[in-house]
Amino acid sequence: MPPRDKAPVRAVARRGGVAPSAGLSREQKLELYYWMRLTRSLEERLVALSGEEKVVGELFRSLGQEADAVGSCFALERRDVMSPLARNLGAMLVKGATPVEVLRQYLGRADAPSRGRERNLRFGDLARGFIGQLSPLGDMVPVMAGGTLSFRLRGEDRVGLVFVGDGATSTGAFHEGINFAAVNKCPLVVVVENNGYAYSTPTSRQSLARQLVDKAAGYGVPGEQADGNDVLAVYDVARRAVDRARAGEGVTLIELLTYRRAGHAGHDDQSYVPSGEIDTWASENDPLDRFARVLSGREKVPAAELGAIDQRVQAEVEQATALAEASPLPDASDALSGIYADPPG
Amino acid sequence: MTAISYLEAIREAIDEEMARDPDVFLLGADIGAAGGAFKVTDGLLARYGASRVIDTPLSEIAIVGAAAGAAHMGMRPVVELPALGSIANASDMLANYVATARYRAGLSCPMVVRGHAGGYGGGPFHVRSAEAGFVHVPGLKVVYPATAEDAKGLMKAAIRDDDCVLFFEHADLYGRIKGVMPAGDHVVPIGKARVAREGTDVSIITYAAALWKVVDAARELALLGISAEVLDLRTLAPLDDDAIEATVRKTHRALVVHEDTRTGGLAGEITARINERCFEWLDAPVLRVTAHDVPLPFARSLEDRVLPQTPDIVLAVKRLVSY
Repeated sequence: MPPRDKAPVRAVARRGGVAPSAGLSREQKLELYYWMRLTRSLEERLVALSGEEKVVGELFRSLGQEADAVGSCFALERRDVMSPLARNLGAMLVKGATPVEVLRQYLGRADAPSRGRERNLRFGDLARGFIGQLSPLGDMVPVMAGGTLSFRLRGEDRVGLVFVGDGATSTGAFHEGINFAAVNKCPLVVVVENNGYAYSTPTSRQSLARQLVDKAAGYGVPGEQADGNDVLAVYDVARRAVDRARAGEGVTLIELLTYRRAGHAGHDDQSYVPSGEIDTWASENDPLDRFARVLSGREKVPAAELGAIDQRVQAEVEQATALAEASPLPDASDALSGIYADPPG
Repeated sequence: MTAISYLEAIREAIDEEMARDPDVFLLGADIGAAGGAFKVTDGLLARYGASRVIDTPLSEIAIVGAAAGAAHMGMRPVVELPALGSIANASDMLANYVATARYRAGLSCPMVVRGHAGGYGGGPFHVRSAEAGFVHVPGLKVVYPATAEDAKGLMKAAIRDDDCVLFFEHADLYGRIKGVMPAGDHVVPIGKARVAREGTDVSIITYAAALWKVVDAARELALLGISAEVLDLRTLAPLDDDAIEATVRKTHRALVVHEDTRTGGLAGEITARINERCFEWLDAPVLRVTAHDVPLPFARSLEDRVLPQTPDIVLAVKRLVSY
């Protein structure tokens, strides 16, 4: 498999020639760095907690993919709604999920957002504008099509963004959902996070399409592709798609090219990955390293300033961990309620 | 007061709820311009416009999933699936997503999924009974009216319900069954069965079109001096355990009748509940009359053989009372 950073990135139609990221302030760029660093540090803490057998179930890491989740969600407003994958921790954080909520979810605690009923990032809050995913991949595309249809029907100035992986593009739900959204001019951005593998299946075994963004043509919607490890490039394509959705121009399909470095989940030894591939991505194409270089170079951010962000993140993770570890386990009596709004007698 | 048909009753309920609540809207293939395959939604596009009666692509997963998404945002979608036999295509979305959304994620799904399921002469897909599989899923409600009055009242209740209600319609009842609608805001509560005929010797528990075969059987049995009580379940999930228990305690004999197939059908579940709740009150084992375990054939002579018929019900009751 060719390194994915060498994959052809389709030229995107730029409006007015100016990339939206050019309009980001220095503070906003530091914020992007903060979210990416928080994502990585929080996951590193989860790895440690998993080693201590405190994490219930599998750990799904976004190592090396932090930029695509953070950059695309950074284009949303608070009133907009997003649905992430298990590997989109950064998107959740940008949308307002807190580290302690995430830790409580993974530790299966009573005061976790899902009260121990559902695992990892599968929780949502409509007030903050995110809806958790479920196991059948691709299913959130129809759901988000309907959510955004309601925005259009009610004349609300809101858009939706839904993440799917390369594997989900092979599902019926993805096809039906994006087609439904396209036909109904739903203000929806569909982000295909192409990280090279769906569990052990390489993208070349998912589809004969030259690139997944080509599928956009079949739905009659614009498609854009970007380097998913360049957080500003991700922001640019996402922002253009969000703007189009907000302007009533309907669906955009975005393909973000990235790479999954830590396997499908904790149990995955990645024996099927060609030797050296992971190391190459780690050493040559780490999204945090790349953005730190941009910040210290072009943006002239002093190393001490980035270091201070790293320290702030560490302190936040420490504090959240202490809170989460002190959280109670769910009381068994909570298992049988809350299935219906009005429980039958 | 003029009687209206089962089909007109469903339309009247949807029409009244759309007029009452601007968040109610319709989603489905061929429901707008065509007015639905059976014309249930006929005229509603003209009355409410294309933003409330939305013709969709032929995509059961997307239609049901989109309804859930809109429902999360506070709307009340009413989905028509073309022949609820095709509800199987949306099973993942209903069982995995919609049914679990509140429990897992605190997301409500106030939505109705409706369409014709049972019927005659439609072959293995168009009139396949599909209710039992969904009754099995915690988080879904399932209703299946037999009368025009209940069709209207249950549809209004389903649209107002804060959870997902699967509303099964029987194609043969659409035009054949008529009723005079009660005046005013006629809402039939979900979860309540109805005694369709009072009796003392045996209880026949049934739902949907089988009710009318059971009523015919009860008339024949009356001529033989056997008094059958008929319980129309109306709602299949949640089952009205109290009504089932009350009729069994009254007659001490129970027969369950449905047009769905036998194995894994609702009769098994109802039989188990009767055993659990009122075994001591029984004078005979609970029997069931159901469709045979075969895909429903098309030709009338074959279909009649597979589905339960009035003589089958009469025979089973005779067995019960002579026990």
